[in-house]
Amino acid sequence: MIAQLTSSERQYSAVILILLLMAGIAMAALGKADALGVQGVIVLLYSGVLLAFVLSSIDKPEPSEDRQANYYDDPIKVGIVLSMVWAVFGMFMGVWVAAQLAWPNLAFDAAWSTFGRMRPAHTTGVIFGFGGNALIATSFHVVQRTSRTRLAGQLSPWFVLMGYNLFCLLAVSGYFIGITQSKEYAEAEWYADLWLVIVWVTYLVLYIRTLARRKEPHIYVANWYFMAFIVVVAMLHIVNNLAVPVSWGHAKSYTIWPGVQDAMVQWWYGHNAVAFFLTAGFLGMMYYYLPKRAGRPIFSYRLSILSFWGITFFYMWAGSHHLHYTALPHWVQNLGMTFSVMLLVPSWASAGNALLTLNGAWHKVRDDATLRFMMVAAVFYGLSTFEGSFLAIRPVNSLSHYTDWTVGHVHAGALGWVALITFGSLYTLVPALWKRERMYSAALVEVHFWLALAGTLIYVFAMWNSGIIQGLMWRTYTEDNALAYSFVDSLLAMYPYYIARAFGGLLFLLGTIVGCYNIWMTVRMAPVTAQDHADLPDRRAAPGIAPSPAE
Amino acid sequence: MSELFHRKIERTAIGFVVAIIAAASVGGIVEIAPLFTIPDTVEEAPDMRLYTPLELAGRDIYVREGCYACHSQMIRTLSDEVERYGPYSLAVESKYDHPMLWGSKRTGPDLARVGGKYSDFWHVAHLSNPRDVVPESNMPAYAFLARTPLRMDDLGLRLAALRAVGVPYTDDMIENAAADAYGQATPDSSYSEGVTGRYGEKTQISAFDGVTTNVTEMDALVAYLQVLGRLTDVAYGRTAASEQAPDPDQ
Repeated sequence: MIAQLTSSERQYSAVILILLLMAGIAMAALGKADALGVQGVIVLLYSGVLLAFVLSSIDKPEPSEDRQANYYDDPIKVGIVLSMVWAVFGMFMGVWVAAQLAWPNLAFDAAWSTFGRMRPAHTTGVIFGFGGNALIATSFHVVQRTSRTRLAGQLSPWFVLMGYNLFCLLAVSGYFIGITQSKEYAEAEWYADLWLVIVWVTYLVLYIRTLARRKEPHIYVANWYFMAFIVVVAMLHIVNNLAVPVSWGHAKSYTIWPGVQDAMVQWWYGHNAVAFFLTAGFLGMMYYYLPKRAGRPIFSYRLSILSFWGITFFYMWAGSHHLHYTALPHWVQNLGMTFSVMLLVPSWASAGNALLTLNGAWHKVRDDATLRFMMVAAVFYGLSTFEGSFLAIRPVNSLSHYTDWTVGHVHAGALGWVALITFGSLYTLVPALWKRERMYSAALVEVHFWLALAGTLIYVFAMWNSGIIQGLMWRTYTEDNALAYSFVDSLLAMYPYYIARAFGGLLFLLGTIVGCYNIWMTVRMAPVTAQDHADLPDRRAAPGIAPSPAE
Repeated sequence: MSELFHRKIERTAIGFVVAIIAAASVGGIVEIAPLFTIPDTVEEAPDMRLYTPLELAGRDIYVREGCYACHSQMIRTLSDEVERYGPYSLAVESKYDHPMLWGSKRTGPDLARVGGKYSDFWHVAHLSNPRDVVPESNMPAYAFLARTPLRMDDLGLRLAALRAVGVPYTDDMIENAAADAYGQATPDSSYSEGVTGRYGEKTQISAFDGVTTNVTEMDALVAYLQVLGRLTDVAYGRTAASEQAPDPDQ
C-alpha cells in the first residue's frame, strides 16, 4: 500500500499523522479526568499505529513511473475490509441489544453495556461503520471506472478513509463511556463532528477533482447520487451539530437549537440521513453494480433524471413527519406529510428503473445469488419507501409512532435495501478488484442470501406485529370509556416478538459472517484471472488537463 | 428540452454540485426559519423556571445513558395519550431544552409529566433494579448511579455554556452552581435557601437518594425526573380539546 506512494507523499502522511498525534495529546491533556481525555488517548493510539506503519515502509523503493496508468484500488480494498469488520461489530451489537429487550439482565449490571449506551453503538456501527465504509469504497471504484481516470490524489483517498474510520471509532468508543449528544444518528460529540467536517470536505474535493479529470463527456448517473450523498450529508451534518462545548476540556456540548426548533432541525437531519446516506449513496451503488452484473444497460435515462431530482428536492421537506401530533406547529407537520407522500413517485421511479433493467436477465437472477441480492434489495427499496410514505400520513402515524412499527420499517430499509444492495455490490466488486475469476464459493453466497432474506423477513414481521398490537393496545377503551390496558400490559405482549426479532437479527448476522469468510477466502484462494486490459484508465488527455509525469 | 438542459448540466461537476445544493436547501429553509420568526410557535409561560444545577446534572445523565432511546417526553394531542400521561406537551415546556428530548420510541412509557407521580424512594428502588418494583419490566438496572459521586466542580461551566446558547442563567446562578446542587440534595443545610432563592419557592429540596452525606448521580437523576412537566403550569390551563384517535369503524 505504502509502495504506491512516492517518498514525498510518505513524508506528508507522516507529518499529518504527527499532527494528529499531537492533537490526541492535546485532547488527553485538556480532558484530564473528563471522558475527553480517554478520547484523546484513542486518537493518540490510532495515529501512533498508523504512523508506525508508515515509518516502517518509508524507505521502500519509489513506485514505478506508470502508476498513473492504473486505477487506484488499494484504498478500496482496505475500505471493503473495514466495512465488513464494522458490519460484524454493528450487527453483533444489534443482536445483543435486541436480546436485552427480551432478557434485560444481559446488561450484566455494568454501565457501558446498558441498552441506552449500546443502541447508538449499534446504529453508528452499521450505518456509519458498515454503510459509510462501503459507500466510500464503492464510490472510489465507481468514479474511477465511469470516468475512466485514476483518483485525483494519492494521499487524500487514504486520508478520507482512515480519517472517516477515526470518526467512527471516536463515536462508538465514546458511547460506551457515556459521551453522546443524544441526537439520533448524530450522537458523536463536537470534536468528532469537527474532524468529520475536515474529512468530508477532503472527500468532496477529491470526488470533484476526479470527475473533472474524466475522459467521458457526461457524468454517469451513479456519480450524481454519490455527489448528492457527499454534498447534502455535509450540509445536514454541519447544521444539526452546531453546538457550544462546556469547555475545551469537556467532551460534553449543548446544541445551539432550543426545544421545538431543535426537534425540527434534528428530524430534518435524521430523515435526510436516511435520504442521502442510506438512500442516495446506495442508489449510486445500485446504478453501477446492478446493470454491470446483469449485463444490461439502465432501463431509462429519463426515469433516472426524474427520480434523482425528485429525491434531492422532496426528501428535504419530509423530516417533520417524525413529529406528527407533537408541539411542532401544525403547518410544518402538514408540509412534511404532503412531501412524504409525493416522495413515493421518485422512489418508485428508481426502484422500477432497477427492476426493469433486469428485463432480459431474469434467468441470471434465478441462477446468480449476487444479482438476486441486488434484485431483492430493489424490491425492499420499493416496499419500504411505500411504507414510509404510508406511515407519514398523520392518522396512520398516530398509531405507528413511538411503536416497533417504526423500528420494523427502518430495518426493512436497512437490512432489506441497504445491506442487501451492499452485499450484492461487494460480491460483484471483490473478485474484480483482487483480479479473481469469481467469488471463492458461489454456494456460500447462496447461503448468505437465504440467511439474510430469512433474517430480514422474520425481523420485519415480528416488528409489524408488535408495533401494531402495541399501538392498538395504547388506544383501546373499555365500554366505560376508560383505557383498557396499562402500559405494562402492552409491554408484556411484546416479549414473544422481541425474542423473534433477536432471532431474525441473529440469522442476518450469521449470513454476514459467512460473507466475511467468503470474501477472505476469495482474496486468498480463488483462481487469479489473466490481466484485463479493458480495466485500465483511458490515457487520452482529458480536455484542459495536461498530462504531467510528476503527478 | 429539459432533457437537453440536463445533458448540459451533467457535463460539469461544479454546476451539478451547485444544482444539488440549490434543490436541497429549499425544504429546510422553508420549514425551519419561520419557527424562529412566527411568534405563535412557542407559547408564553411567565411562570416558567430554569433547571437547577442538580436537575441539569440529572438531565445530562439522562442524555448520557440514552434514556431517550426508550422514553419519549412528548405527549401528543391524542385523547388516549392525554388520559394516560396528562395534558399534551406544549412547545414552551422545552424552550430551555438543549437538546430537546422528545424521543421517538416508547419501549417504556412517556416521561414528560412523570415529575411528582412517584416518590423519590420509588424512583431510587426502580432505577436500582426496575424488576424489584415492576416485575414485568425490561429496563436495564442503573444501580451504579447510587455508587457514583456527582461531579459538581464543572456545573458552573455547564450553566455558562447553556447561557451562551440562550438559556437565561444569571451570573449569580453560574457562580453558585456547585453550592446549589449540594444544597438541593441536602435539606436543612445552609446552602438550601440559596436554591429556592435563585430558582423559586417551588424548587424541590430533598435527599433524593435517601442519603444526605454525599451527592450522587442518583440524586441528580431523581431530581430531574421529579421536575419533568413541572417547570410551568401553563399546559394545565389549556382548554383546547385533544383529538380522538381515528376510529376505523366510522
